[in-house]
Amino acid sequence: MNGLQTKKLTLKYGDQPIIENLDFDIPIEKITVLVGANGSGKSTLLRSLARLLNPTSGEIFIDTQKLQDISTKQIAKKLAILPQGPVAPEGITVHQLVKQGRYPHQKWFQQWSKEDEELVEKALIATQLLPLKDRQVDALSGGQRQRAWIAMTLAQETPIILLDEPTTYLDMTHQIELLDFLFDLNREYKRTIVMVLHDLNLACRYADNLVAIHDKKVAVQGTPEEIVTTEMVKEIFNLDALIKADPYFGTPLCIPKGKGRRVK
Amino acid sequence: MKYWTFRMLKEKVSFQITKGWMQVFSIGLLLLIAFFILSLSSGSNWISPTQVFMQLSNMTDEHAFVIETLRLPRTLLAVLVGSALGISGLILQSIVRNPLASPDIIGITSGASFGAVLFISVGTGVVSMSLLPFAAISGGLITATFIYLISWNKGVTPIRLVLIGIGISAILKAGVTFLLVFSDTYVVSKAYIWLTGSLYAATWNDVTSLFWWIMIPLPILIILGRSMNVTELGDDVAISMGIKLQWQRLVFLGCAVILAASSAAYVGGIEFVGLMAPHLARRLVGKSFLGLIPITGIIGALLVVIADLIARTMFLPLDIPAGVFTAAIGAPFFIYLLYRNRNR
Repeated sequence: MNGLQTKKLTLKYGDQPIIENLDFDIPIEKITVLVGANGSGKSTLLRSLARLLNPTSGEIFIDTQKLQDISTKQIAKKLAILPQGPVAPEGITVHQLVKQGRYPHQKWFQQWSKEDEELVEKALIATQLLPLKDRQVDALSGGQRQRAWIAMTLAQETPIILLDEPTTYLDMTHQIELLDFLFDLNREYKRTIVMVLHDLNLACRYADNLVAIHDKKVAVQGTPEEIVTTEMVKEIFNLDALIKADPYFGTPLCIPKGKGRRVK
Repeated sequence: MKYWTFRMLKEKVSFQITKGWMQVFSIGLLLLIAFFILSLSSGSNWISPTQVFMQLSNMTDEHAFVIETLRLPRTLLAVLVGSALGISGLILQSIVRNPLASPDIIGITSGASFGAVLFISVGTGVVSMSLLPFAAISGGLITATFIYLISWNKGVTPIRLVLIGIGISAILKAGVTFLLVFSDTYVVSKAYIWLTGSLYAATWNDVTSLFWWIMIPLPILIILGRSMNVTELGDDVAISMGIKLQWQRLVFLGCAVILAASSAAYVGGIEFVGLMAPHLARRLVGKSFLGLIPITGIIGALLVVIADLIARTMFLPLDIPAGVFTAAIGAPFFIYLLYRNRNR
């Protein structure tokens, strides 16, 4: 089986178990979104899938091979991760940043092939950053900056892309713009996308496969319309909510109860 | 920015150079050559550059002693020491991702000093002083290993490395003072000259030995250098790109230690070059680590050649340690950097 899998995966932070004995598959060429309450371990799980965190026990498989058995550079050609809130060094330009994505494909005597040049340009075009390529990353808006980092991960040319809360710090317009972009990337270029999102409604809209992490396990996994229910939201987020179909997309829409102004 | 792209051997070899880098490199090299010749000309008696050329190309033998025995090895040593210290600082600043790191601040120079002073105070009259460089290099290497091991906790983070380095450095400086207080006057005066960093009495032997020490890390830097640009984007990004982070950190730290400790071994503690040279280079040519190596080397060499030139000509017949002058420019520069980085 292709894609990412875990077998009896246990992750600890210090002595504190975060994920315990997890068996879990991520389908290829789909958008998978991890959701869960704060501190549920969804980011930790994502980081371990990208070998940024070593499992305490258990295994992770990529294309049926154990992650530990493949050289880290080989993994870098199969899987890229955009960590949460990356910081660019002072003064680096968009082009220089995106170029770094070619690192796993280069050698010390082969640093700027035709292919590198074309793929970097392709990544800049896809993220609509070509006109801004000589700008400094610090000088960009939040949305543009996030796109520059995504362009770097695109230049890495990996079939699997992991993103840790890519919409953090972005306003609503830029959140939608970014998720639309990732959606196109999946639908047009068949990239497998795995990301952590906070907003359950956006997750329902974009995810082919929604994964809810709760109590150190995958509580439930499936298409959002199958799994998102009032009971599920209560269990995972401990929140009373009403689930309706989104009037525009038909995907589940979670309306939290609680207090607020009432006009009806 | 204008780029020149080189692709050869059916794309097997390819790299890119910016026009700005080429300009800085050529101007820097020309300046270095100019000061190199000026340094050969100057001293207690002035020898005109034409005479220097004639001597170097063996067309005359008039100044053989002054130039070939006294000034040439001294100036060459200044070039080697300056570039080694500069590149060592560049490596450390890149590992630590902080422009305030340098071999003197992180404790490598202190380790080398302690090794050397211990050797001078214990070994004078017992063992040959020609072994002093080994004592200094061992001191630097042992200190760096020690700092690295204490900083280790499932990996080494830059900030732990710096803080522990500063702490160890303070202890070693206290140790040096302790040794000096309990040593003979003769030993103290000898140790003092060494501690301030002087190129006085440089020999051809020093030049060739230091040259070979510098040749050890050079190929490693050329082959692994490009990974440093990725590491500067953060640990997570570096791992994601397939860099073995802890391994890389260890190798680069080893290179920085060899460069700094071996130059300390031959000329003593010339301070602040490792801090200034990379900073100036970055101002001139930007961020690419590989591109910065030669520029930092040239700037470091320029700083030490000029410092030594001033030190040995301004106060004739006194020959003042060059380290006094690098510190005189370097210390205010350090304060300026601290001030500029105060909000970070």
